Amino acid sequence: MSDIFTIALLQNTLRTATPIILAGLGVLMTDHVGIMNIGMDGMMLTGAFFAVVGSFYLGSWLGGIAAALLAGVLLGLFFGVFVIKLGSDEFIIGVALNIFAGGLTVYLLRTIFGVKGAFSDPAIVPLPRFVWPWLEGIPVIGPLLSGNTLLVYVSWALVLVCWLVIYRTPLGFWLRAAGEHPLSLRSAGISPERMKYLASLLCGVFAGLAGAHLSLGYLTMFTENMSAARGFIAVACVIFGAGSPPRVFLAALLFGFIDALGLRLQSANVNSNLTAMAPYLVTVVMMAVLVVRTEARKKRQIQTR
Amino acid sequence: MREQQSAVRFTRVSMQFSGVLANDNVTLDIHSGEVFALVGENGAGKSTLMNILYGLHTPTAGDVYVRGKRVERYSPAGAITMGVGMVHQHFMLVPSFTVAQNIVLSREPKRRGLLYDFKKAEETVHALVNEYGLSVDPGARVSQLGLGLQQRVEILKTLHRGADILILDEPTAVLTPQETDDLFAVIRRIVQEKGMTVILITHKLYEVMALSDRVGVMRGGRLVGLEETKNVNERMLASMMTGSEMPPGQFAREGSAGDTAVEVLGLQTLNDRGLPAVKGVSFSIRRGEILGVAGIEGNGQSELVEAIAGLRPLRGGEVRIRGQRINGLLPGEIRGLGLAHVPEDRRLTGASLQADVTDNLLAGRQREKRFAVGRIHRKRGAARQYAEKLFRAFDIRGAGVDAPAGSLSGGNLQKVVVAREFSFDAPVFLISQPTRGVDIGAARSIHQSIVDKRNAGAAVLLVSADLDEVFQLSDRIITMYEGRITGEFTAGSIEKAEIGYYMTGDRIARHHSGEEAL
Repeated sequence: MSDIFTIALLQNTLRTATPIILAGLGVLMTDHVGIMNIGMDGMMLTGAFFAVVGSFYLGSWLGGIAAALLAGVLLGLFFGVFVIKLGSDEFIIGVALNIFAGGLTVYLLRTIFGVKGAFSDPAIVPLPRFVWPWLEGIPVIGPLLSGNTLLVYVSWALVLVCWLVIYRTPLGFWLRAAGEHPLSLRSAGISPERMKYLASLLCGVFAGLAGAHLSLGYLTMFTENMSAARGFIAVACVIFGAGSPPRVFLAALLFGFIDALGLRLQSANVNSNLTAMAPYLVTVVMMAVLVVRTEARKKRQIQTR
Repeated sequence: MREQQSAVRFTRVSMQFSGVLANDNVTLDIHSGEVFALVGENGAGKSTLMNILYGLHTPTAGDVYVRGKRVERYSPAGAITMGVGMVHQHFMLVPSFTVAQNIVLSREPKRRGLLYDFKKAEETVHALVNEYGLSVDPGARVSQLGLGLQQRVEILKTLHRGADILILDEPTAVLTPQETDDLFAVIRRIVQEKGMTVILITHKLYEVMALSDRVGVMRGGRLVGLEETKNVNERMLASMMTGSEMPPGQFAREGSAGDTAVEVLGLQTLNDRGLPAVKGVSFSIRRGEILGVAGIEGNGQSELVEAIAGLRPLRGGEVRIRGQRINGLLPGEIRGLGLAHVPEDRRLTGASLQADVTDNLLAGRQREKRFAVGRIHRKRGAARQYAEKLFRAFDIRGAGVDAPAGSLSGGNLQKVVVAREFSFDAPVFLISQPTRGVDIGAARSIHQSIVDKRNAGAAVLLVSADLDEVFQLSDRIITMYEGRITGEFTAGSIEKAEIGYYMTGDRIARHHSGEEAL
């Protein structure tokens, strides 16, 4: 037991939770305007790829983040145009995004870098890591707070910022009104569509950050399908957390913990195929809940029209 | 007529929706400081005209002037800037926000440049509440308010946005009589004390008479009458609305009641919250008889009807339709025994809003040989023809049988439900709130259909919150209060004024007459 429950387990929890936190915040934005974005996984994957491209060619991690953000925003816009302007089904566009991202990154990996499966190169600049020796002296908290890469800290700050924006600023009220009762927002003179676009773009920003953390913070490489359904887990976290950023954060930590625990259990000779299932099993259950809930919401909207 | 200044002027306004001319060359002047009533049947174009004024539609032709200024771009934001506010039939409120948060939506007070100043928002609303005497708690969550209070929030919202021209779209449709009185008092106050202009869209003529200074009548998209209210009466307005003189109706009753068709014995059932809603109700209906159920809503009538239709499990007692016990049968099986049902909520249970009008009119018959081959192939052509026949016969107005049912106005949707149910030659009809939100002409034709069914030998259970309806149609009336029957009367043996006592339970304890059932 003692070699399973160690500080390293908690460190792993934080590390694996970060991309889920960032992606979760993105999904949460669209969730508040009444759109469920299950395309997050593909958006993240694309973000991860372009983070490596940016970092490799521009020779800086900032370039990597910029490229990831650009890719995320473009996909967010793409999602928005189809779902908001053209009225396509959000689930279908989400699925399309995921398939598109999988194909696109594999294709570009081969044409740009000429490799299959994975690309790693010393020229890829990773995200900076912050180490504070004075902190590390404190037991438990020290090793957890110190030594993480940039986006881990950023993700914590963003949880707070998102909460503030959504629940403590007029803009947040407009976003939520756009999701809950768009007509009342429109009759107040604000376009619900604009709020939905804003949320889609913000979702893209978060997807870009999540991807950048995957390929520049977590590892320093891009591998095919490296998002590994974390986007779906993020969706599950948003449902778990009922749209509240701190609760989504806690849900992401829980998933991170299950993931990290799985890794540790492998070293204790538990079949790795079993342990690897755990986070996805939880996700499947949550996704079922999601579909039922969204359908009910649509019915309500039709009835109140 | 305090002043003759123009508040709103429509000049030759027309509005075309895909194939339907909703407004046809309307020219109308509304004076500043008056209560102007706009009446007309469903689909007459009154809501469309007001939606144009509120900037929700851009007219296909013509111009609108607000206080002499021509409207350039039609948008709600533009209308708000020009001082036009609208309280819609379906409220424009975000349920999870508080009263104050809803009222200041889009113009929230801020502190430190960014953050929402909740305290200031509540103070603002509090001041507004005091100024206009419209009391409501600014900190209450809208989802927890009744409809009367929600409407008050809507009015406060438009006032907060600086409106001095207020459009009210069928404001009393969802209100209790008490709430209606309150609303009227509010309207009188804001017009007399604050000099506001109020435009009232309605089809309840007594409201026009009670409240308005002038009245405009619309029919088929056109303005067909414009009068000072003191110069008209309800009868004149009704004939202008329908285009024909309409005597308030007595219906020819033919034939006499036959054998018992429906027997209800000691029926008990629960409401949605699991509490007893119907506590042992017994009655019977004979063929060729209409039994009316009078009662204030929420006294078990809805649950009673649902239990008989098989939509709600019985907790006790039994129901027999033409001698057949129906306890535990599925709604479809009960229908098979000869029951047709017009449910009280056409949007929730009466119709499928996503499905087209054809499918809604066909429901229940879709497996008949003339509409389907086996259980798989549908004969669309035959179905469409059949639907079009009903569409015409019941004078349903809308974009046609291929449009989704949800696109129809409330009255026309009700006609779809009635048309479908009445197309069955059922010996037993369960009819709930048949004319709620339906205009006079349509209500009259629905009433006629009900009486026709009765004359043809059907047994009818009629539940309605509209006492006039119950009195006009029923052969016998029972009153319900708190899940029990409190009185039973033959038509003509009791006055409307007196029956109120039974509906409020005042006379449960007293033994009234030999006719009383329980």
